[in-house]
Amino acid sequence: MLLDNEELKAQAREIIARYPQGKSRSALLPMLHLVQAEDGYVSGDGIGFCAEMLGLTKAEVAAVSTFYTMYKRKPTGDFLVSVCTNTMCDVMGGQTVYNVLSEYLEVGHDETTADGKITLEHAECLAACDFAPVMTVNYEFYDKVDPEQALATVRELQDGKLPQPSRGARLCTLKQLSRQLAGWSEDRKDALADTGIGEATLAGLRLAEKHGVAAPVGDVELNTPIRVEKK
Amino acid sequence: MTSPRPELLAKLTPVLTKRWLSPDAWRIDTYEQLDGYQALRKALKSDPDDLIAFMKDSGHRGRGGAGFPVGMKWAFIPQNDGKPHYLVVNADEGEPGTCKDLPLMMNDPHALIEGMIIATWAIRSNKAFVYIRGEAIHAARRLRNAVEEAYAKGYLGKNILGSGHDLDIVIHSGAGAYICGEETALLDSLEGYRGQPRLRPPFPATHGVYGCPTVINNVGSIASVPHIVLNGGAWWKSLGSENSAGTMIYSLSGRVQNPGQYECGMGITLRELIELAGGMLPGHNLKFWTPGGSSTPMLTADHLDVPLDFDGVAKAGSILGTTATMIFSDRDCPVYATYRWLMFYTHESCGKCTPCREGNYWMTRTYRRILSGKGTHADLDTLLDTCDNLLGRSFCGLGDGATSSVTSSLQYFKQDYLDYIEGHRRPLLNEADLVGAH
Ligand SMILES: Cc1cc2nc3c(=O)[nH]c(=O)nc-3n(C[C@H](O)[C@H](O)[C@H](O)COP(=O)(O)O)c2cc1C
Ligand code: SF4
Ligand code: FES
Repeated sequence: MLLDNEELKAQAREIIARYPQGKSRSALLPMLHLVQAEDGYVSGDGIGFCAEMLGLTKAEVAAVSTFYTMYKRKPTGDFLVSVCTNTMCDVMGGQTVYNVLSEYLEVGHDETTADGKITLEHAECLAACDFAPVMTVNYEFYDKVDPEQALATVRELQDGKLPQPSRGARLCTLKQLSRQLAGWSEDRKDALADTGIGEATLAGLRLAEKHGVAAPVGDVELNTPIRVEKK
Repeated sequence: MTSPRPELLAKLTPVLTKRWLSPDAWRIDTYEQLDGYQALRKALKSDPDDLIAFMKDSGHRGRGGAGFPVGMKWAFIPQNDGKPHYLVVNADEGEPGTCKDLPLMMNDPHALIEGMIIATWAIRSNKAFVYIRGEAIHAARRLRNAVEEAYAKGYLGKNILGSGHDLDIVIHSGAGAYICGEETALLDSLEGYRGQPRLRPPFPATHGVYGCPTVINNVGSIASVPHIVLNGGAWWKSLGSENSAGTMIYSLSGRVQNPGQYECGMGITLRELIELAGGMLPGHNLKFWTPGGSSTPMLTADHLDVPLDFDGVAKAGSILGTTATMIFSDRDCPVYATYRWLMFYTHESCGKCTPCREGNYWMTRTYRRILSGKGTHADLDTLLDTCDNLLGRSFCGLGDGATSSVTSSLQYFKQDYLDYIEGHRRPLLNEADLVGAH
């Protein structure tokens, strides 16, 4: 029972303290991430834990957890592989990547491999269309993937390796990552610097730099307060 | 690949993006060396009301899609009402095509935090939230680190820089729901409920989070503020066009040589942007594109010279939206693209109102029929009729937005639909393709 876990209860109280007094219900989403960090999905036990800590009914908590895609209703693997198949990624080859992985892993959307290691899903637009098609593992990005790269990445995961994402930090398990979703900071301090920026992000800047272009600057006296005549 | 012409290169105006090339700009020390937290010092010396008036005069408009004037939104917050005020930053970036806010928070998170401190000073708020989409953990991680750094240096917490202003910031991760980008759904989600839109009025300015006065602004809207304070409102106006002050991060994706983020003054055209991006991919000719995400009506090669600012795009019958220009070629099918977007809207519909919940569901099925070669001419009327029942009759903008690509693709590319219906084109879908679809 999660409710027997005093440390977890202390963490839940820490989450509640982030929100104004009397507004503890705001802690529900982070707390669902927290119980997912324990169980790998939002279990019945997890729902009971949130309900008890926040003074809600289990039905109220379940109504919320089932609304959001990231709360999983079944045990997930250590690694959640998400392939974006929204229009842009689809057109650029994302659906093929998904199909190839699905066939190789012998699982469909939101299903986990027999060894319990990898969960596959197709995702909606992940706000990385300039890197299309994209795939994420535990939400860290593998940009511009083709089927071969995607397969190679998944095979490495199966071999117990942690392939470095193109953007995002080095991989950890989904449970470990869920703690960050619950609001704890990255405790692998150098992981903050891990990430590659990604060339598409810099496309315009590289062009500006290469040709010596910069935006004009305004001249404003820093020490003078802003004053505006009342109209 | 030819280099863009010099007069075009001069249209690149990196302001919000300018620090991204500095590898460590996400660290506070680097940020401070690059003018960071200078605007804050100036702002904190000013009277909050003057600051609001200054933002109004700058012509700065919201970057979240609707272009609402930022200063005016701040001015709506009632003062001396005895209630706590809140600032909520909308970092839920999920509109298909849109990809400008996450790189900003990854590479320059302190710009957002500095903007938040200034904004909360103006609206007299001591608590602010960033609602960031759950999947964006790479950006949330950097942002959270930046908040900790800012506390350690006295930019957050009590009596910021001796000004008497107190501010606490909470980074709140969502959990995967596009609708939570809609500002009132976002508030419900932040309060721990299912993310479903609220009836307006009352508006968030008076009844926002916890029933208190709340400003909700997009990441880009707030991250622009320090730059405007530092360089002046006249400068911001000079960078853009009439009614569209400032620069905008244009996010190019799709069939161009170099997709990516291009920050330019508002009013640049797609023809110019494509040239900056190195031209179309070999063998691809522009066929259709969105000016600002999948909820904005698609445009065609006839619209290459439309100024991409609020008025210009509106005049062309679309919406500037999030300046997410998704670029498709004659090798891509507008019917299929629309179908795939509808699957998205169907999945993301919160289910609160019937037109959107049912309309998207049935339109998706109609598209399947058309794309699998079994469509009829009457299907096209059914689609338009369904859109009629969504647009303006849905409870929130999601339902409205879902109709954009349907009506615009039917307007410009009816022949593509007819080709499937009349058997001139090989069906794109078969039963196997439908497996795994929502
Ligand atoms: C379905 C839907 C999704 C939205 N998603 C976002 C979003 O992810 N980010 C955002 O800033 N605004 C989004 N908006 C717009 C917000 O409702 C709101 O207008 C915006 O956050 C206001 O900020 P601004 O005035 O600074 O632009 C969305 C609107 C709708 C209808
Ligand atoms: S339009 Fe769609 S998303 Fe918006 S309230 Fe209605 S059902 Fe929900
Ligand atoms: S469509 Fe895949 S990231 Fe946007």
